[in-house]
Amino acid sequence: MAGIPHDHYEPKTGGERWVHRRLPIIGLLYDTIMIPTPKNLNWMWIWGIVLTFTLALQIITGITLVMHYTPDADLAFASVEHIMRDVNGGWALRYIHANGASLFFVAVYAHIFRGLYYGSYKEPREITWIIGILIYLLMMGTAFMGYVLPWGQMSFWGATVITGLFGAIPLIGEPIQTWLLGGPAVDNYTLTRFFSLHYLFPFVIAGLVIVHIWAFHTTGNNNPTGVEVRRTSKADAEKDTVPFWPYFVIKDLFALAVILAVFFAIVGFMPNYLGHPDNYIEANPLATPAHIVPEWYFLPFYAILRAFTAEVWVVQIASFVTGGIIDAKFFGVLAMFGAIAVMALAPWLDTSSVRSGRYRPMFKWWFALLVVDFFVLMWCGAMPAEEPYASISLVASAYWFAYFLVILPLLGVLEKPNAQPETIEADFDAHYAKSGGTKTVAQTPAE
Amino acid sequence: MFKTIALSAALALGLGATGAHAAGAEGHVEDFDFSFEGPFGTYDQNQLQRGLKIYTQVCAGCHGLKFVPIRSLSAESGPGLPEDQVRAYAEQNFEVFDEELDDFRPARPTDNFPANNGVGAPDLSLMAKARAGFHGPYGTGINQFMKGIGGPEYIASLLTGYTGEDREQAGTILYENTAFPGGWISMAPPLYGEDVEFDDGHENDLESEAKDVAAFLMWTAEPKMMARKQAGFVGVLFLTVLSVLLYLTNKRIWAPIKRKGH
Repeated sequence: MAGIPHDHYEPKTGGERWVHRRLPIIGLLYDTIMIPTPKNLNWMWIWGIVLTFTLALQIITGITLVMHYTPDADLAFASVEHIMRDVNGGWALRYIHANGASLFFVAVYAHIFRGLYYGSYKEPREITWIIGILIYLLMMGTAFMGYVLPWGQMSFWGATVITGLFGAIPLIGEPIQTWLLGGPAVDNYTLTRFFSLHYLFPFVIAGLVIVHIWAFHTTGNNNPTGVEVRRTSKADAEKDTVPFWPYFVIKDLFALAVILAVFFAIVGFMPNYLGHPDNYIEANPLATPAHIVPEWYFLPFYAILRAFTAEVWVVQIASFVTGGIIDAKFFGVLAMFGAIAVMALAPWLDTSSVRSGRYRPMFKWWFALLVVDFFVLMWCGAMPAEEPYASISLVASAYWFAYFLVILPLLGVLEKPNAQPETIEADFDAHYAKSGGTKTVAQTPAE
Repeated sequence: MFKTIALSAALALGLGATGAHAAGAEGHVEDFDFSFEGPFGTYDQNQLQRGLKIYTQVCAGCHGLKFVPIRSLSAESGPGLPEDQVRAYAEQNFEVFDEELDDFRPARPTDNFPANNGVGAPDLSLMAKARAGFHGPYGTGINQFMKGIGGPEYIASLLTGYTGEDREQAGTILYENTAFPGGWISMAPPLYGEDVEFDDGHENDLESEAKDVAAFLMWTAEPKMMARKQAGFVGVLFLTVLSVLLYLTNKRIWAPIKRKGH
């Protein structure tokens, strides 16, 4: 890969040379797996592997589930029960797949917040960041459509509520909603197209994951100091880095094994913990559940959606200025998508010349508040739309936007950053010298 | 800082449950003890057989079990009835509509329990998983790990929760029930105690019967629970050993890199 100087693959045997002249695939794999990686990466850099593994897990369990599932409004619910009762290991496949979605989102949120703290989105990694946001959006679409497939009550009513959001867009909203649903309301047509797209999206995600990896293998990994690897010579680069194999492969596999132990405890001992009891009732268009609550990973953005009611002055101004085109419902939809859009724009909103939050004394606190804010929003999203949750949602939503649109641009100007280490090597050695070189990697892994 | 995020990620699991259980459970659910609670809990075969008898003689009059194959009554990890008994049970108790015969015939083990849509009573196949259970501590619902999901507790509480009061509303009689959300349910009290006689002379007071049928319905909802817990235990054990080995490997391969700085 370009950038960091390192040894490239040289075919050694006759067979390898034969293949290499025709298709340099072994070289591509070798260079990918042996990429020089900053040696000071901490435990927050394990999530990429967890995510890659989870994607593979979801695709494999998903393909197997499809062999037994029937995408038909009259048969879907029964076919899931067929999987649970009659298919060998079917219960395991389904519970792993359903809880796998939660594992996926735990990992992606950890991965995103790691990027936000250590400034991984900053120059020259903007494209890696944008691709990542696209993957995240596709994940949300895939998870949402997958949740509809069992055709339980929450599947049906969740689909009704979420597609209803598109109906809030002025003029073109209702045609878009009808187009998404395949008809005037959630029905068999909705189920079949969601099924088709739920099967398609993961492969699009897989393609984007390759582009994501390609992008950061071109720029090199960020690291906890945010200081770049020295590229002046191969010898210098080797002082800052170690090859990905075996150093980070083994480290990441260790973290993955720990995370999977927790995951299998949930699958084995409380597989319905993260689900809704209502989804064990077959979809019934005539009976609305008492509370329609999205899955936990949608809750923060669901809270932002609901926060902007007609009483909020920002909404009233927007409505007045646009002559009523932007009403409260549409404003909520804009806010929800806007919350992700501002995150995508972070590379250009953050004006600080220092990459890592570790050397930014003021940023640290605002970032910690953003993490708290995220969980407050998640909690509000699970609560009914009434006081005091409505007000808390509004304040928390406002902070989410303020962080990206006001605080990040201002901090670059106002903040006086602390001294950064000269090199990654200096940071690494300082860390291990502190404890006399005996300090091990026995820190608590990040889970 | 990353530890904050890691902790938060773990917390996210807890908050998820808040979402799952925000759905109102205004009714009072008694925390009954069941043999299948906790990571090592198993079904009590005798209890499932008693529950089956209560279901057949009382509940089946109005409620179906349309997702449950009758043959599964012989499952080792379920009621475990001998196959000839299952055949006799199917024939004696249920009739199913056979499309080839274009007529009703006695049920066979290969059939599912019939659906029962007669009086609009809900199907009970999945009822034990379709009702919210425990929410604590602090709304995280993590106590489900030890107490189970709470559905069978809800069922047993409902069956024992009638106060004896009733009232008429829009032509239907509603019965007051302390477990039912809203407090008034259209199902008349189905059990009073001593509704069913057991061959082994097991207790048949109201609470005992309610618990037996609730346990049976947990089994109909989650017939593979015991296999699942066993697989979970093996999985966790295996991954723990693997983690230790990978930890030691990781420590060893990094040791020279970490020493180099001195």
